[in-house]
Amino acid sequence: MRWTIAAVLLAFASAGIAADAGEIKSVSGTVHLERGGKKLPVKVGTPVQQSDVVVTGADGAAGITFTDNSLLSVGPNSVLGIDKYAFDSTTHAGQFDASLKKGTLAVISGKMVKQQPESMRVRTPSSIMGVRGTEFVVKVD
Amino acid sequence: MAAVAVIALLALVYWVAKPPNETVTVLPSADGHKGIVVVERGKDKQVLDQPYATTRNGDAVQILAATDIKETFGPTLQALPARPAVFLLYFITGTDELTDESKADLQRILDELKNRPLPDVYVIGHTDTVGELRGNDMLSALRAQTVQGFLVSAGIPEGRIQTAGRGKREPIVPTADQVDEPKNRRVEINVR
Repeated sequence: MRWTIAAVLLAFASAGIAADAGEIKSVSGTVHLERGGKKLPVKVGTPVQQSDVVVTGADGAAGITFTDNSLLSVGPNSVLGIDKYAFDSTTHAGQFDASLKKGTLAVISGKMVKQQPESMRVRTPSSIMGVRGTEFVVKVD
Repeated sequence: MAAVAVIALLALVYWVAKPPNETVTVLPSADGHKGIVVVERGKDKQVLDQPYATTRNGDAVQILAATDIKETFGPTLQALPARPAVFLLYFITGTDELTDESKADLQRILDELKNRPLPDVYVIGHTDTVGELRGNDMLSALRAQTVQGFLVSAGIPEGRIQTAGRGKREPIVPTADQVDEPKNRRVEINVR
């Protein structure tokens, strides 16, 4: 019995890790996702998960919608990590950590920031941004 | 000679290890809410709390021109997905038939939805407070399904549309029970 419960909990936990955080909604030029050391091609409709890294080439740009209605986009020569994403659609509680290693990023925050300011954070190599709302841009070059 | 080599090496190391420039700018928000971003860099902390407030490498806040932002972030901003939106349609009392006004709105809403690549749509039906709970639950679900039918006919894949009926639980205009309020007989189309 105890093992059954453990197995069910584990299944939920791993399902949670693989759950889609969002979806690619716009792509132009060269764009790919890195997931678990693998390079994945990207098109409109490709799911984005926690721990994914979005990489664009010199002619690339991509836009992503998240389940809490956050919108992110990256421009050319960018590397964006979706480090942590959790959102409860009932309470609107959640946590969203992203990191821009290089390039350009635009953000429109969503329901979790409305519910709890600074539940979304964006890191750059030297800074950390607490998001209280709603629209901003970041460049690392 | 050795000194030159050392200087050259130091310059190279600095060039390779040089920390990148980082710029953060708060934009005016489309919904009129005040945007605020707090930027922490080591012990420095800058609060960006007005449109185009900018900090570069944690330096004091300055206000940039909108044109500077467009120049640097043009392709990035262009890649932003369409903003989430909510549309409302209203119904004739006790039925899943749209009011004349909403029939006229429907085409405009469908056109707007068709402009979005792969929209995620959540359709929620509601009723006024006339009648019993159970009957209103069924009516609200029927209204949502009817609207789903319109969306599917317009070419939106059925698999991307969720429906729900909330009955008389969530009136948009709060009323006593058994009140015929036209604004409450509605379907919300939430699209992302």
